[in-house]
Amino acid sequence: MNALDTLLWVVAPYLALTVFVLGHVWRYRYDKFGWTTRSSQMYESRLLRIGSPLFHFGILVVLLGHVGGLVIPKTWTEAAGIGEEAYHLGAVVLGTIAGVCTIAGLAILIYRRRTVGPVFTATTRNDKLMYALLALTIVLGLAATLVANVLGGGYDYRTTVSPWFRSIFILQPEPALMARVPVLFQLHAASAMVLFAVWPFTRLVHMLTAPIGYLTRPYIVYRSRDAKTAGTRAPRPGWDPITRR
Amino acid sequence: MRVMAQLAMVMNLDKCIGCHTCSVTCKQAWTNRSGVEYVWFNNVETRPGQGYPRTYQNQEKWRGGWELSRRGRLRLKAGGRLRKLATIFANPLMPSIQDYYEPWTYDYDRLFSAPAQQDTPVARPRSLITGEPTKITWSANWDDNLAGAPKLTAADPVLAKVSDQVKLEFEQAFMFYLPRICEHCLNPSCVASCPSGAMYKRSEDGIVLVDQDRCRGWRMCVTGCPYKKVYFNHRTGKAEKCTFCYPRVEVGLPTVCSETCVGRLRYLGLILYDVDRVAQAASVPDEKALYEAQKSVMLDPHDPEVIAAARASGIPEDWLEAAQRSPIHKLIFEYGVALPLHPEYRTMPMVWYIPPLSPVVDVLAGTGHDGEAAGNLFGAIDTLRIPVAYLAELFTAGDPEPVRAVLRRLAAMRSYMREVNLGRPRDESIATAVGMTGDQVEEMYRLLAIAAYDERYVIPTAHAERAEALEESVTGCSLDYEGGPGMAGPFGEASGMPAPVAVESFHALRERQTADEPERADELRGRVNLLNWDGKGIPEGLFPSRKEKR
Ligand code: SF4
Ligand code: SF4
Repeated sequence: MNALDTLLWVVAPYLALTVFVLGHVWRYRYDKFGWTTRSSQMYESRLLRIGSPLFHFGILVVLLGHVGGLVIPKTWTEAAGIGEEAYHLGAVVLGTIAGVCTIAGLAILIYRRRTVGPVFTATTRNDKLMYALLALTIVLGLAATLVANVLGGGYDYRTTVSPWFRSIFILQPEPALMARVPVLFQLHAASAMVLFAVWPFTRLVHMLTAPIGYLTRPYIVYRSRDAKTAGTRAPRPGWDPITRR
Repeated sequence: MRVMAQLAMVMNLDKCIGCHTCSVTCKQAWTNRSGVEYVWFNNVETRPGQGYPRTYQNQEKWRGGWELSRRGRLRLKAGGRLRKLATIFANPLMPSIQDYYEPWTYDYDRLFSAPAQQDTPVARPRSLITGEPTKITWSANWDDNLAGAPKLTAADPVLAKVSDQVKLEFEQAFMFYLPRICEHCLNPSCVASCPSGAMYKRSEDGIVLVDQDRCRGWRMCVTGCPYKKVYFNHRTGKAEKCTFCYPRVEVGLPTVCSETCVGRLRYLGLILYDVDRVAQAASVPDEKALYEAQKSVMLDPHDPEVIAAARASGIPEDWLEAAQRSPIHKLIFEYGVALPLHPEYRTMPMVWYIPPLSPVVDVLAGTGHDGEAAGNLFGAIDTLRIPVAYLAELFTAGDPEPVRAVLRRLAAMRSYMREVNLGRPRDESIATAVGMTGDQVEEMYRLLAIAAYDERYVIPTAHAERAEALEESVTGCSLDYEGGPGMAGPFGEASGMPAPVAVESFHALRERQTADEPERADELRGRVNLLNWDGKGIPEGLFPSRKEKR
């Protein structure tokens, strides 16, 4: 285990996590107004109607898959009577379907963004960076799965990547686990860390405010005028811009 | 009984001349920014006509508002919570910018920069959405004054319901104007549709607002509102809507549209209502009963029981007193001439209308009769099916009786006051024919025709002890907002702190007036606010950059 491994599999994840958490806290406190999906549906909805659900539902399944694969220890699934064979088959099949949906959706969305004039005009540099990172991470993830299963006999990341992932959260990092993982998995993890680090500063923040509460709240919301949170806040502390023009 | 106060408006359509002053002043005050070029919190549409956005009243298509389930329970027409969340990634009912119109500007610089030539250079229109040259084919009032009829009016969803006998030949056409703002409904389907819970009804005055900090741009409110009065700011990615000018009404001023209305036809005042009975009233099975059901929710502010309940619900004394003087209450109950717009949407709208008598009078006069004689008018109201049926589709879910009753009262007032103005003896029988007394008719005439300022607008101020909490006080308006005009955080065009609209407009205007050169593109984040641009030069960012640099 060398310094690079430590850097990649100990320092980087903690950095990414810290930026992810603090970034969100900071963004939430200072930029509630910018916290939006910034939907472009008004400009174009034919492509969006196909691409967006494909991507979003795909990525939700992928997310669930990651939670299943990374968070739940292998011993648990085995104790529940799901052998490695069965698990692996399920994961690869479901994962590939979801992954392909996600990529197809993303491809449609990126194509739309580039070719539909008004949508492209409304695309910021920040968005472009975000799209690049997101696409890279997803492509690497799908590639890792496919390469491992098509070329090799499959790769059991649940004995290496997953314990490493959990080791980060129990504050006993085990970088050695990652050191010998196939390079595509390593690249996927690395790009994911970068993605998580920029996440709070992009429009991806909308994920954290997925409106689950809607399912339980009463339909009509009444709010008092003098509620602390209502309306325009006072200017935040800081400094005045030196020149306005 | 839980009493709540609601600020409400009544518009007297007979006096609307369709001048659009209300729309323009509202736009100047609130939507004079980029991202909301197409947004008209107040719009005035010619009826019959398609309305704005096009055919918004066709709820089979747009599915706004509420409907009754088979078990008789109220549910959102576009689907309940699960369905909303399932379609959140691409809202299938979202109007496109083409359903409104593509905002445009003109290539003014051509007028200055064109080389000497035979023909006068022209400023060609350019789309503000794509930046490309465009052909203007629609706007917020493209079919104004029946322009394009009969081709365009055929698509009027209201007319479609009564059209079997309507001939759109000019000599038989009728027409009136319908100014519209958000209805600030008692049972707002926009609020119910918002997944983030960012929209809310203020418990003090019933104004329906979007919390700009909590809105995440899911767009469900846009589709949820059957009146299509929530708009999507395509630049900030947030929903915006008519605010009932709350910074003004909180300090006792009328809304901008009311204040500037040329016809002085808008009335503002309080209504007390029983919030516990709203859902029940909104779910009466018969659509035609909804008008009466909504009336039954509103309370009589003179009733001692209501007064006691209002006090118990924490309504301040001066608000109670304002509710008692409310012109809205008078017009809805005492004179009974105001009707709700599309009660069949079951949102319990709170901007009511006095239907216009003029289409009837015009048709009558066109046939050579005296359009002001009571007998003629009463007869015409009863026999002229089309204007009445049309009005009924707008105001009473198709029931012509309430409309007829209102028109008869307006007709009676006209005839009665004509006798007075001509110095003839008052004819009490005209008043009794419509169930009123002569005095009442004269009072109603005072309110409708003379309409003194403080009788039209009875607006209690927000409470001084709460003054520091006013959301955007017009009196203490600080201009020291970071970023000034527009907002440019690092996270996309419009991140950062929202500056109050007034502040943003102020800075933009000041910059425009003091600048030597047109605004620079990078300061405008790639877009140009044309309403603040004086036509000097082509600001960078007005059009996508050309290959060769100028
Ligand atoms: S009219 Fe106004 S309050 Fe009513 S549903 Fe539409 S936006 Fe909401
Ligand atoms: S300003 Fe008054 S008269 Fe003019 S269009 Fe508006 S409502 Fe009608």
